[in-house]
This record gives sequence, C-alpha cells and structure tokens, in this order.
Amino acid sequence: MKGLKKKIDSVKPQFEKGGKFEKLHSVFDGFYTFLFTPNETSRSGVHIHDANDSKRTMITVVIALLPCCLFGMWNVGLQHAIAVGDTDHNLFSLFLYGFWAVLPQILTAYIVGLGIEFIVAQIRGHEIQEGFLVSGILIPMICPVSTPCWMLAVAVAFAVIFAKEVFGGTGYNFLNVALVTRAFLFFAYPSQMSGDHVFVSLGNETAVDGFSGATPLGQLASASGQAEVLGTLGAPLDFWHIFMGLYPGSWGETSTLCILIGLAILLATGIASWRIILSGVVGGLLMSVIANHFATPLYPATYLSPLYQLCLGGFAFAIVFMATDPVTACRTNTGKYIYGFLIGAVAILIRCYNTGYPEGAMLAVLLMNCFAPLIDWCVVNANINRRMKRAVVKNQ
Amino acid sequence: MAEIKRIKRGLDIPLKGAPSSSMAIDNQTSTFAICPDDFPGPVWKAVVKPGDKVAAGDSLFKDKATGLIRLTSPVAGTVAEIRRGERRHIQFISISKESESEASLQIPSSPQQVKEAMLASGLWAMMRQRPFDIVPDPESNPRDIFVTAFDSAPLAGDLLDDSLCPYLEKGLKALASLTKGKVYLGVRPGSGISSSAAEVVEFEGPHPAGNVGTQIAAIKPVNKGETVWTLDSATAARLGILCEKGIIDFHTVVALTGPCVSDPHLVRTLVGASVSTLLSGNLNRQDDIRIISGNVLTGQRIDKEGFLHFPYRQITVIEEGAHADEFMGWASLNPAKYSVKRSFPAFLRGLSKPFDFDARIKGGHRAMILSGEYDKVFPFDIYPEYLIKAIMAGDIDKMEKLGIYEVAPEDFALPEFVDTSKIELQKIVREGLDNLRKELS
Repeated sequence: MKGLKKKIDSVKPQFEKGGKFEKLHSVFDGFYTFLFTPNETSRSGVHIHDANDSKRTMITVVIALLPCCLFGMWNVGLQHAIAVGDTDHNLFSLFLYGFWAVLPQILTAYIVGLGIEFIVAQIRGHEIQEGFLVSGILIPMICPVSTPCWMLAVAVAFAVIFAKEVFGGTGYNFLNVALVTRAFLFFAYPSQMSGDHVFVSLGNETAVDGFSGATPLGQLASASGQAEVLGTLGAPLDFWHIFMGLYPGSWGETSTLCILIGLAILLATGIASWRIILSGVVGGLLMSVIANHFATPLYPATYLSPLYQLCLGGFAFAIVFMATDPVTACRTNTGKYIYGFLIGAVAILIRCYNTGYPEGAMLAVLLMNCFAPLIDWCVVNANINRRMKRAVVKNQ
Repeated sequence: MAEIKRIKRGLDIPLKGAPSSSMAIDNQTSTFAICPDDFPGPVWKAVVKPGDKVAAGDSLFKDKATGLIRLTSPVAGTVAEIRRGERRHIQFISISKESESEASLQIPSSPQQVKEAMLASGLWAMMRQRPFDIVPDPESNPRDIFVTAFDSAPLAGDLLDDSLCPYLEKGLKALASLTKGKVYLGVRPGSGISSSAAEVVEFEGPHPAGNVGTQIAAIKPVNKGETVWTLDSATAARLGILCEKGIIDFHTVVALTGPCVSDPHLVRTLVGASVSTLLSGNLNRQDDIRIISGNVLTGQRIDKEGFLHFPYRQITVIEEGAHADEFMGWASLNPAKYSVKRSFPAFLRGLSKPFDFDARIKGGHRAMILSGEYDKVFPFDIYPEYLIKAIMAGDIDKMEKLGIYEVAPEDFALPEFVDTSKIELQKIVREGLDNLRKELS
C-alpha cells in the first residue's frame, strides 16, 4: 500500500490549485480519502477521536440494504419467469436476469447523483460528502423495474439539486432525497409509475395468458369491495409469499424478511434510531387496526389485516430505511417517537382512504419530513420553558 | 449520609497507560513557567522583567481591569524569559529556580482577608466562574461554590494526596465564608471524605461525573443572572494550608500517563514545572508523539520543551499518527480501533480493555448528520446539538434559552470525541462564551 500511496501522492500536486487538473480536485480528493483515511490530526479540543466517521456510517447502511437489494434482483428474475411462463430456470439464472434488468438503473442513479455532488463540491471547494452513497442505491430500489433510465436521471438530478444541494448538501436537506426522487417520478410520469405493466420486467417476451403484473396494493386500489390480493397468475397470495416478498412491486422493497435482516444490522450497529422504528410500527399497527375495525367496501384496503398492512408494499422499507434518515428525521429523542408514530399512522391512512394512491409510505415520510422541525421545535421549547421557569422560581 | 447522584450519560474512554502505583516520586527540575492563557477571562499584564529576582509567591502577572488578581511564581529565582507570540501576546513567563524558599502570607482571619489572600497568592485564578468559564470577578457574589474532589477524565490521578487531604476542611470553611449560599463538594462514593463546612454529594458513574459542570447540573443548575464559582479540591486544600499556616503551597502530584510513556507513574513537583525533566527517559518513542499537558479530552498540546499547564496534574503522551496512511480505514475490521458504535468489531473484544489511540481525527469534517450522538455522553438537561447550532449562528437569545450559562467547553469534550462529523465543539463553545461575554459587557 505504501507504493500506491507514493504513486498517488506524486500526482497529487496536479490536482491542487494551479495544477493541470485543478478542476478535478474534488473528484481526486473524494477517491483519495476513499483509499486512505486522512492523516489529519486534531488541532483543537479533544486529542483523540472515535474511529467512526461519515463514510463508515453510510457504508453500514448500504450493507444493511444489500439483502433487500440482492433478493430484489432475484425476485425480478422470478416474476419475469412466472410472467413469460419460463420454467427452465434456476436460482442463478433468475438472479442474473434481475441483475441485468436493474443494473442500468443503479448506474444511472449513481452516475447522475454523484456527478452532481462532485460538481457542487468542486464549486463550493468542499470535500465530497457520502450521503449519496445511500441515496444512490435506495432510489432504484423503490422504483418500478421498468422505469426508463432517462426518467430516473431527470428525477435524480431534480432531487439532488433541489432537495439537497440548494440547502447546502448532506446534513442540511430537510426532505429525504431518495423519496423526493420517487415523488418526482410519481407525479411527473404517473403512467410509468403505476399500473399493471411496470412492476414486472418482461424483456422482449410476451406474457402468458392470465398474467397480471399489478401489485397487491394496486389491485386493492382498483378493486370494488372486499378483494383478495392475488399473485401474478391469479392465485391468491398467502402470508408466507407476502412476508418473503414474492410478488411484484418496486423491486427492492417487497421482502419483509430481508428488511428485517437490514433492520437487525442497523439496530446492532446503532446507526438507525430504534425509537423511530418502534413507534412507526406501533403507529402503523394502530391505524391498521382502526381501519380494519371500520372496514368498508368503499375503501377495499381497509379489509387488509394489520399484519398484511405492515408487510405489503413499501411500508416496512420506508419505516426502516427512509424514516430513520437522521438528517430529515426528528433529532430529539421525544420527537423521534412522535415522528415515527405519525409516519406509521399516516402511511396506512393514505393507503386505506385515498384510493388514488395505492401506497402511502412515500408521502407519509415526506409529509413528516416537513413536520420534523416543528416537532423538534416543540420538544426543545419545552426544555427552554423548563429552564425559564426554573430561573423565575429561583429569582423570586 | 451524603446524597448519591448517578450519572448515566457519559463514557470512560479506555486509554492505555494508566499510572502503575499511587506512590509519587519526587522530581527535581529547575525551570518553571506560568502561562496566562491557562486563566481565561482577565487580560493579563506582566509585572516583572527578564532578569528580575522573584521570591516564591511573588506576582508575575496582574489583571488589567482591577489589578487585584495575581498569577504568582511557584519558586524563588530569576525571571528567565518572557515568551511572546503574535501581536506581542505573552505566552509564558519562565523562572529559573534558585532556592526552595516557601512563600508566606499573613494568616487571613476575616472573609475579606481570605479573599485578598487568595487574590494575592494566585489561588483565586485557579477558580472558575459560571457562566463563561472564566476566572471569577472579585466583585461577584456567587450563589454557591462547587468543589469537585475527583477527576474522572481518562487516566487521571487522584486530586488529593496525603499532604493536601488534612487541609481540605479548612479550605472549605474559608470558601463557605465567601458565599451566602452553600459550598458543595462532589466526591466518589466510598472516598471517605466528609465535611461539616460543605454539603457532600456522592457521584457514581462514568466520566464526566468528576467534571464540576456535571455536578452543578445534577445538584442545582445555573440560571440566567446567577454566578457560581467552581474549583477542584486540590485548590481548596491549598487554600486550607494558606489559612492554617499562612504559606502558599505550590506542590502538585502529576500523573505521567498515556500509551507512549514507558513507565506511567506519579511524580511530585511544583506547578508550572518543565516537562522535559519529568518525561526524560520515560518515553517509548521519540518521534511522531503528542505531549499533552492534561488529559486527552481537555488538555493542551505542548512540545518537549514545554511546561505543565493549569490544572497542573497530568501529562498524557500519545502517538501523533500523522504518517499512519491507513488504507481504507472506513472499511477496517481491526478490533484495535476503538469506537462506541458497534459498526466496528472493537466491542467484541470488550470496550473496557485498554486501547491505543493516536491523535488523528479519523475521518473528514462534515455537517451534523447523525442525531442523538452527543446526548448519550452529555449529562445535562440541555439539547447539545441545538445549543451548538445556536452558537454557530451567533444567536445570543437562543444560546441563553438553550442553557449556555450552564456549560463550559470541557462539558463538550465527550460529545466531540464521539462525533461522527468531527466538529470542533469545545472550540465553538469557547468562542461562543467569549462572544457572549463581550456582547453583554
């Protein structure tokens, strides 16, 4: 490694001010700090530091996302095989099909998003920040598999610039970047983001008779009265299939099992807030129970049992990976309980009572992102009032 | 029976290099220095010139505003140097020791005389006041006086040795005469320290339990418009000696600690001693080291020719690490890398076993990203993230409301240590307090 370090150090001056590649300084710096932890030592205050840094934190989240990501790729292959009636497949061929189907999306998200980050870092003279490492993998995972890359590119560019960089970059955004991307796609290109044909990749093949690519929640949204959720070929979906994630949907978020594995990683490493997740699940359960109790044919999704509500669609994924984004969530512990609870409740509320939107998790998180500062303000103000009261009592 | 307070939010950083025994070895050194920057608040003016003869206890500095607060020479000798830095700011005055004479004053008998004796002897400057964490204004009337009898910082030694212990009670009594309120003494459970002059409160739990700020927050927080004085029990015991015998005691026991010290032990010397003799032959490496006067959280970086800084009780030597060139440190699975986060495997080998640390910040500076990190090691009823943001924004109204009067920079040392974004919190708080003081004066 010493040799590599020497080599990189020898070209370093060219990337610094006045060098030939001055304009690529931030790119160089990004890769340099990726390869070698900076040797910078503390100048003021404490002389020693905890080994954890922002790179480690972000990478841990990406690792927690991997089970969902790998499973999602395989499920894309599986849904394809079912749709086209392909029976000659194995685990590997299914995975490979899914891998090639989603790879362009992942690359597009990273290239566009990181590209903008690099440019902005260069203009501002900042270091590259790692926030998009997570957003870049989250974005394709919450989109339909057939989303065209150009749409994704436009949406990512919009989200990174207008939801993040205009506010100052990672750590200053108030909306979750991945969800802003998803919301942009949802409202700008509604026909490509919902319906029966976008969630299953057919390739160039034709679907078998009786095929329907509608997601379970999509089926409910267009159903009239109490309906059963069905699989791609019309057979009823049992809970096991739903828990495993063996149904069409935004490809990274269907498997509750893989989300639970990711959750275990996030909680074990202490990166995600258990307060948000716990209260989110409680909020979701409570709202599902209420909706289920007052189930009405007008809103077919209200017939879903609470357990199905938690496992279907993007609810679990949003609670574990979106609501816990530390930058856009509440920062106070009390606030986190309120924030998580409301996300859970609002997500199910939208899902059940707004048939225009089959899934409410995205909008619930974005809505609560907007309210997070207000919740925190109230919590912090309670602390301020306590302090003022103490001063008044003592001074009398 | 003393009241017991449990401090839950905190952290004992398991740094290698704890002192081996509690026996202090005498150390003979001939150069001593007093650094005015160790005593924030007043503007210090030198009252000696190079070549002047001084006796132990003679003034080296006085404060510009009142001329009452003095910083004094710990030994009798000649003023060797007045070292100035940028804009002729005095960094230190060093004294070459000539004799071991004792500094004596008249034994104070009234509260006014206690105050005058403290001001003249230099003991006054060893106290701090909150708000602002500065040397107290002699005109101020403290609501209470808080004394901490233990240091919970990494590798810190005991504050009181056998020669000081008997005088603590006398010192506390003298302090009690200076306030209409109470004198609180924060001790560890089972320390055996009792007092009739002060209210003894026992503190259990990890660092910062020994920080006087933590103790104030647990006993009776500072409100806007109130002033409290704080000091450690060694200073209180020195005051006791002054009141009992009329002499100023400049002895101190210094813990030589840290992973780069070959034989960590305690030495007995005088305040402001030159560290070169303290450390000579006792370092296990010569290059790429950082010598800290104090502990790793709040101490000051000094060079090999430097001097012991206030509070004169610890030296820590760690590796600098400026040439570590760690390859992909963010992906490291090295169990020797300490982190409170369980994303590093260090927790598998046990986080209480001693770890080696170097001075690298181990990451890049970022905006505040993770939430709730500070709260876990910050035992105050304050939202540290919000207070820091208010200070950064220079919003005085918000700072007041969020509790800046209750804190000192040292209270933010542990949050700074655990901070993923590597923000220089203590510096921010110091600047915030100084700006606030300027605005309000």
